[in-house]
Amino acid sequence: MDDKMTTQEKITRYAVLIVFAIFFLIPMYVLISTSLKSFSEVSINTMWQLPSSISIEGFKEAFAKLAPNVLNSFYLVIPATLFSAILGSLNGYVLSHWKFKGSDTLFALILFGMFIPYQSILFPLVQFMQTIGLYGSIPGLILVHVVYGLPITTLMFRNYYQDVPDALTEAAKVDGANIFSIYRHIFFPISIPSFVVVFIWQFTNIWNEFLFAVTLTDTQSQPITVALTNLAGSQVVEWNVQMSGAIITALPTLLVYIIFGRYFIKGMLAGSVKG
Amino acid sequence: MLFRKSMLLSILLMVALLFVSSFSAMAQNGEVEIFSWWTGGGEEEGLNALIELFNENYPNVEVINATVAGGAGSNAKAVLKTRMVGGNPPDSFQVHGGAELVNTYVETGLMEPITGLLEEWGVKDKFNQQILEMSSYEGEYYSVPVNVHRSNIMFYNKAVLEENNVEPPTDLASFKEALAKLDEAGVVPLSLGDTNKWPATQIFESLLVSTLGPDGYNGLWNGNTAADDPAVREALVHFNDIMQYVNEDHSALTWQDATQIMHEGEAGFNIMGDWAEGYMKTLGWTPGEEFGWMPVPESEGTFIVITDTFGLPKGAPNPENAKKWLKTIASVEGQDTFNPIKGSIPARLDADKSKYDPYLTSAMEDFAEDTLSPSIAHGSAAPEGFITALNDTINEFITTGDVDEAFENFQKNHEEYVQ
Amino acid sequence: MKRKHQESLTSIAILSPSIITLAIFVYGFISRSVQISMLDWDTFANFMRKAKDYVGLENYISLFTESRFQTDLWNTLYFTLFFIIGCLAIGILLSLILNNKPRGGYFFQNLYLFPMAISFVVTGTVWRWIFAPGRLPNNPRGINLLFEQLGLQNLQWGWFTSTNSFLGFNVALIAVIIAAIWQYSGYTMAMWLAGLRGIDQQLIEAARIDGASKWQIFTKILFPIQKPITLSAIIVLAHVSLKAFALIYAMTGSGPNNVTDIPAVYMFEATFRSNRYSTGSAIAIVLLMMVGLLIIPYLVNSFKEE
Repeated sequence: MDDKMTTQEKITRYAVLIVFAIFFLIPMYVLISTSLKSFSEVSINTMWQLPSSISIEGFKEAFAKLAPNVLNSFYLVIPATLFSAILGSLNGYVLSHWKFKGSDTLFALILFGMFIPYQSILFPLVQFMQTIGLYGSIPGLILVHVVYGLPITTLMFRNYYQDVPDALTEAAKVDGANIFSIYRHIFFPISIPSFVVVFIWQFTNIWNEFLFAVTLTDTQSQPITVALTNLAGSQVVEWNVQMSGAIITALPTLLVYIIFGRYFIKGMLAGSVKG
Repeated sequence: MLFRKSMLLSILLMVALLFVSSFSAMAQNGEVEIFSWWTGGGEEEGLNALIELFNENYPNVEVINATVAGGAGSNAKAVLKTRMVGGNPPDSFQVHGGAELVNTYVETGLMEPITGLLEEWGVKDKFNQQILEMSSYEGEYYSVPVNVHRSNIMFYNKAVLEENNVEPPTDLASFKEALAKLDEAGVVPLSLGDTNKWPATQIFESLLVSTLGPDGYNGLWNGNTAADDPAVREALVHFNDIMQYVNEDHSALTWQDATQIMHEGEAGFNIMGDWAEGYMKTLGWTPGEEFGWMPVPESEGTFIVITDTFGLPKGAPNPENAKKWLKTIASVEGQDTFNPIKGSIPARLDADKSKYDPYLTSAMEDFAEDTLSPSIAHGSAAPEGFITALNDTINEFITTGDVDEAFENFQKNHEEYVQ
Repeated sequence: MKRKHQESLTSIAILSPSIITLAIFVYGFISRSVQISMLDWDTFANFMRKAKDYVGLENYISLFTESRFQTDLWNTLYFTLFFIIGCLAIGILLSLILNNKPRGGYFFQNLYLFPMAISFVVTGTVWRWIFAPGRLPNNPRGINLLFEQLGLQNLQWGWFTSTNSFLGFNVALIAVIIAAIWQYSGYTMAMWLAGLRGIDQQLIEAARIDGASKWQIFTKILFPIQKPITLSAIIVLAHVSLKAFALIYAMTGSGPNNVTDIPAVYMFEATFRSNRYSTGSAIAIVLLMMVGLLIIPYLVNSFKEE
């Protein structure tokens, strides 16, 4: 606590915080107030005014149009998050406590996959998915997200497990445990915080992802991010429907952030998410 | 002996009966997958009405209505391409007649010719022959055109023109004068919404027809006109002049936004394909009352065509049912069911005019008499590579105003993708 | 020895699904993209018949000599530059203020961080509406309208429809940069906050007793200590900016004269709209190399430290 701050400094501080708060809130204001306007009230000219009366017409129509895509996104995100987390956990475990010759190089090669721009694999990926018959399907998209999620989940778990002292593993080995039982009895039970961080990260990223979603799916399997852009590009622009659709798209990840956010930040601060 | 023979005979008869009945049962059941991007408004309604008509004639065939929304068909085309390449075609699919069909799917050997079918059904001569030619290759026809839209048409807000003492122009010179007059009055002379790039290209292609004439324009695609023809440069000059009179925020707007500006009385003219007519009707206008129309100045006598067609892919899972679908949409009932709802005109010349509104009726008259030209912006004139290259050239040209650079780029694009 | 050997084998076995899939999905596909970029598959016909004539680096050369791609490269440079500077400046400023735990700090902290939870698509959709300029001076829209209502007409301008540029910087990008900074400055703030919390307070105290000003404390102590975090954030932000496809796609598209075009958008159009598969692959590989220039030194560096 800094008692040595003058009142002037305090005021400046809060002024800055508030100015930025306004900046961060402007889009939310536009989003929420427009989505609550009725069809007759929504127009370009009244963009900044509050709705004269709350109407959920926009939400009803947006939801009617987007409901199947919301489901698609859930069908996509939950399995993809689960699988990439489990595999990442095992990978991170092996790469931190069961190293072998070349395992660090292997890790680097795995990690590289996290940094590539996805455009560089996109076209061959589309062709490959078509060849194995998974193009245009949610399971196909799940596979893609699991594979491309492996680098980051492996990194997060490896960072987390590195803080576990080797002595623990050594002692267990002396007791006759093998690689699997050590994971089951020692590492897995303490992994909960890391799993939470990974869940949040993967859930958010996969739900919000757009490039794979728009190139690998068709109408039936479109996740919500794609459906939202289609909504924005369709025949008649009804802004309350579009803004409602944007809120529906943002809501799940926002809720995840609001409910679990503190664990995420804690995890971030503890070094799970480093560059 | 006799007994055994008759037993054998009756068994054979039963087997034959079973075989035949199962055969006709097979022919009675089945499905047909129709692939399109008709997912909103009048298009969806029209398609549903068409499917209903189909089921009246073929009650035992289930229509799988496979649509892909988004990007005005660009998402659908991407999905379709992947399926066709992967050997998984639908039974029939919506495709723009002309280059989009021929270059992509016919030349690569993925479509069956249907000339024979058209003759068999006796419908070949009922169509506008020019439009059938557009989807032909080496003497065979490859698709049935369902509807026709026009690209070189200009709409105007009657009240705005009257208030400012502007007459509908008769040629490009008087058009530019009209634009200047509206500009001085503080009204947007020509509303444009080209955030998706193609609406600007569409204006340019009409001007190409104005300067080259229909045969010169068509010559660009059949080898008879060189890309460095001075008339092409002339069209670029006209385009540049006209672009001085569009709304400044055109790059932030869709075509619907631009038409809406005219609807609100803020703009005088709007050059857009005649699906805009349907849109204006949904906004509450009546053709001929609040808005008028005319071909883009100096392009009278040419009808730049955008047509949705259906063909028969090789390896379609249910070819017989696909042919039934084609027969339905080739029939006059089919065309008169779909088009009034969608807001387009039939490709056949024997339609029932009473079902169409005043604009569409006048379009039908032009369609029967004019020379047809394929639209560039909508895929009928040239391969997709050319379209996107030209979109980019026009997009840059609007800002730079550099006619010579644009002319050079046009020739480069033409050489690379068309020749 | 034997046990170690067996352990190694088991380790590899556990890692094998990841190894195999990543070998295909990353290295295999990248190789394929390189291959396609050196073929002549820029028409559907050539692609269908798998035309085997290699054209070497021709596709790359024509890319670098065309105006659209050149504009894309300039846009990438300026977008990345201002995006990173903006996120750092705002993130660091906010983290310094919040580190002193002002009242309500927790609320502000979460407020600044929440945009990260939203998709670029949502961000693009909303900011597009905010920045659509309308027709000045009589029919402003969005933020121009707000300016008019607040009497700030001289702040109105064309935003992402503007075709002006200074030294290659297309000012239309400003709208996109603001939207991107809105989304990610909270991340930089959080990273800095995490680091600041680990700094020994006695160090700061000692400096203050020695008479150091706040600015000196920042430049001589805080900033140097936070260098690894700052570097890490820069790498992540640069990486995000190269992936800004969804933001541009949803917010502005390529823009007039490609003022807001980026290679990722061009690649998407070339591959999935124009049948120009070789051009698309070439753009993709150029993108990869740009990322590689940043990432490989960073990775080598951080592994050396480990």
